[in-house]
Amino acid sequence: MMRRVLLILALLLPVTAGAIEPSEMLKDPALEARARAISQEIRCLVCQNQTIDDSNADLAHDLRVILRERLLAGDTDQQVKDYLTARYGDFILLKPPFRARTLILWIGPALVFLAGAAIIMVAALRKRRVAAPAPLSAEESQRLARLMTPE
Amino acid sequence: MRRLLYLLPVLAFAVIAGWFWLGLAPNRDPSEVPSVMIGKQVPDFDLPPLVAGTPGLKSSELKGHVTLINFFASWCVPCRAEHPLLFTLAKDSRLQIDGIAYKNKQSDTTAYLAELGNPYARVVVDEPGRTAIDFGLYGVPESYLIDRDGVIRFRQVGPFTEDVIEQQLKPLIAELSK
Repeated sequence: MMRRVLLILALLLPVTAGAIEPSEMLKDPALEARARAISQEIRCLVCQNQTIDDSNADLAHDLRVILRERLLAGDTDQQVKDYLTARYGDFILLKPPFRARTLILWIGPALVFLAGAAIIMVAALRKRRVAAPAPLSAEESQRLARLMTPE
Repeated sequence: MRRLLYLLPVLAFAVIAGWFWLGLAPNRDPSEVPSVMIGKQVPDFDLPPLVAGTPGLKSSELKGHVTLINFFASWCVPCRAEHPLLFTLAKDSRLQIDGIAYKNKQSDTTAYLAELGNPYARVVVDEPGRTAIDFGLYGVPESYLIDRDGVIRFRQVGPFTEDVIEQQLKPLIAELSK
C-alpha cells in the first residue's frame, strides 16, 4: 500500500525536462544558467504556449543558439531580450512588458475588482439608509394581536 | 436615472459580445504574430546564390525597385500551394521577386524548383536560417514587400491567397511604384 502511494506521488512530480540538447549548452555554467533562465521567459512562436527552453521546434533551437551567442558576446540579459523583441516584438516575451499598450492587460482585473467592490458598497449603504418603520400605535397593536391569534 | 443604471449590465454585455463577434471573423488567424519590422529598413544580409555562378543577393541591392522577398523551402507544403500565384506575380513588371530558400539543402531546393518551376528573379539560400530570424520570420512561407528605399512595408505570414494579392498586395505595389 505504502509503495503504491509513493509510486503515485512520484508519478505526479512534474518532470521538467527541457528540449535543450547537450551540443547547445555553453561550457561556462554561469552563462549557461543565465541562458536557461532567459530561455524560460521567451515564447516559442511556433508552439506559442511553450518556452523556447521546452519546445522541440527548429525555431526554438535556433533562438536558443542565438541567445547563447549573444551572451558569449557579452550582452546583458536585457540586451538579449531587446535583440529578440527588435525582430519579433513584445509577443516573444512570455511576460508582457508594462507599456501604454498593455496597460489594460495589467490594470484591467484590478479595475474590474474595484468597480465591483464599489457597486456592492453603494448598494449596501443605500439599504441602510432606508428608515425603520414607525412603531405601531396602541390601536394598531391590538388589531395586530387580534389578527395574529389563531382562529 | 435608476432605469439607466439597470442598462449598465446590458451595455457591458454588448461591448463584450461585440468583441467576441469580431474575433469570429473568417480568415482571422489568432496565432499570427504581427511584424515589428514594418517601416524599418531591411536587415543587412548577403546570401549566396542557389546556383553557383549566378548572382547572390545583398540587402544593399534592394534599393531602386519594389521587391518581394519570398522565404520558402522544399519541405514546406503551403509553399507548394502558393507557388503558382508567384508566377502570376512575377509577370508584374513593377515587381522583382527574389526567393530565399530557408533551411533547405541545395539539392532539395534545386529539385523543388525543377519540379514546380522557378518564378524568382534570383534564388539565394539561407541554410542556417539567420537572415530569416533577422527578418522576424517564424515559419515558411513568409513574404516581405520592400519599397524602393529598402524599407519593409508588408509581410505575409503563410501562403499567399488570391484575396490577399488582389486586396492588399497589388494596391500597395501600385502605391509604391508611383
